[in-house]
Amino acid sequence: MAKIIGLDEAVEIVQEGMTIMVGGFMACGGANTIVEAIAARGTKNLTLIANDAAKPGMGIARLVENHLLRRLVASHVGLNPEVGRQMATGELGVELVPQGTLVERIRAGGYGLGGVLTPTGIGTLVAEGKEIITVDGKDFLLEKPLRADVALICGHTVDRSGNVWYKGTSRNFNQVMAFAADTVIAEADHLVDVGGIAPENVVTPNVLVDYIVEGRP
Amino acid sequence: MTMDKGQIKEFIARRAARELHDGDFVNLGIGLPTMIPEFLPPDVHVILESEDGIVGAGPRPDAEHADPRYVVDAGGQPASCPPGGAYISSVVSFGLIRGGHVDATVLGALQVDQEGSLANWIIPGKMVPGMGGAMDLVVGAKRVIIAMEHTQKGEPKILKRCTLPLTAVNCVDLIITEMGVMAVRPEGLVLTELNPQFTVADVRAATEADLIVAADLVPMA
Repeated sequence: MAKIIGLDEAVEIVQEGMTIMVGGFMACGGANTIVEAIAARGTKNLTLIANDAAKPGMGIARLVENHLLRRLVASHVGLNPEVGRQMATGELGVELVPQGTLVERIRAGGYGLGGVLTPTGIGTLVAEGKEIITVDGKDFLLEKPLRADVALICGHTVDRSGNVWYKGTSRNFNQVMAFAADTVIAEADHLVDVGGIAPENVVTPNVLVDYIVEGRP
Repeated sequence: MTMDKGQIKEFIARRAARELHDGDFVNLGIGLPTMIPEFLPPDVHVILESEDGIVGAGPRPDAEHADPRYVVDAGGQPASCPPGGAYISSVVSFGLIRGGHVDATVLGALQVDQEGSLANWIIPGKMVPGMGGAMDLVVGAKRVIIAMEHTQKGEPKILKRCTLPLTAVNCVDLIITEMGVMAVRPEGLVLTELNPQFTVADVRAATEADLIVAADLVPMA
C-alpha cells in the first residue's frame, strides 16, 4: 500500500549519488513533474536508467541540462544534443544498451533473475567484455540485471492505494521499472479513490508502489 | 531520365511495399521506410508495430486528434491506434520483436555487406545516437529488408565487409535500392532485379561487394 506524499517530500527521497530509473519514452509517460522538481533542486551525481534522454527541455532532459547526471544508461540519446556534448567532454558517462536488452535487464533486476540470455548484440560492440553462453548450440550474451535505488513511474490514473493504469503508449518502461527499485514513487496524473480502477484494468498492482505524488492532470 | 531525391525514395518505398503481404506484422524504421504503407495495394493490410507500445498503429493523426501526451510513436511524434490495435508495454513489445513474432522489418542502413551484416547505429566520433530497438529488430524479425539509396554521396554503402560498428552479423535478407534488388544468399549477394535506367556495370561500379548476377535477372518495377 502506497502513501500519498507531497512533491517536496518526493524530491527529498532522491539523494545525491543515487541510481534512479525513470519510465517514459521520449518523455511520454515520464514522471515529468517529479523529475523537473529534482532538476530544480539540483540533486547531483545521479545515475539515470531510462530508455532515452527525451528532447531538450522535456522531462529527464532537464537533469542533463542542469548537469546532475554522472552516468546514463539508455538505448537512444540522439534527440538530445546536450547528451552528445557532455559525452564528448567526458562529463557524462553513457552506456548504450539495446532497447530490448535494457527492458529485460530491468525485468531481471525486478523479477529476481540473475540475468538474461539474449542473441541481441552478438558480434557487436555491445558484446565486448560480456560472457557468451551457448544453449543447445546457439550463442547468447549474458546480460546482467539492473536495479535502482528509486524508480519514478507515472500513471494516467492512480488510486489512493497505489494501483496504476496507463493510458495509450505511456505504459512503456513504467510497468517493468516498478519492480526493479528499492523505492517506487508513482506520479499520478489523476488520483482517484480505491475502486476508481477496476481490478482487471490494474497494470501495476499497489504492492509495488511505495509513494504517490499528484502530478499534472 | 534521372530521378531526383524524392523520386528515388518513392521508387524504393514502392518496391519495398511489394515485399509485404496481407496480414504481416511489420516494424518500419524511421525515414524512407515510413513511406511504404502508402504504396501498399488496397487488398494488402499490414499490422504496424510502434516499438514504444503499439500493435496496429494507424496513420499520424491531425492536430485535432493527436494526443501527444499519451500516444506517441517510437520517434516521440503523435501516433494513433485505431480499433483492433493494442497498447503494450516495452517488455511485451520486445518479446514480440525478439521472439520472432514480427514478420518483417524494413530499415535504412549506413552500410550493409555481402554477408548480410548491417551497420546503422553509430559513426564513432561523429554520430552516437544509440541503437534504440534496431539491434533487437534485426535479430528477431523473420525478414530483414534494407531500403536505402545505393550510395552515400557517390560512395558505396554495399560493401565486402562493413567498416562501421555492426548492428548485427548476417542478419539482412534483402537490399532494395534505386538501382536494383539484391538478396543475401548462401552463395553471396545476388542481384535479382535491375532498374532498367541502369546497367549491371553501373551497379557494380556503385557497389564494393562482390555481386553475383542472377541467371533470371528481371527488370525492377
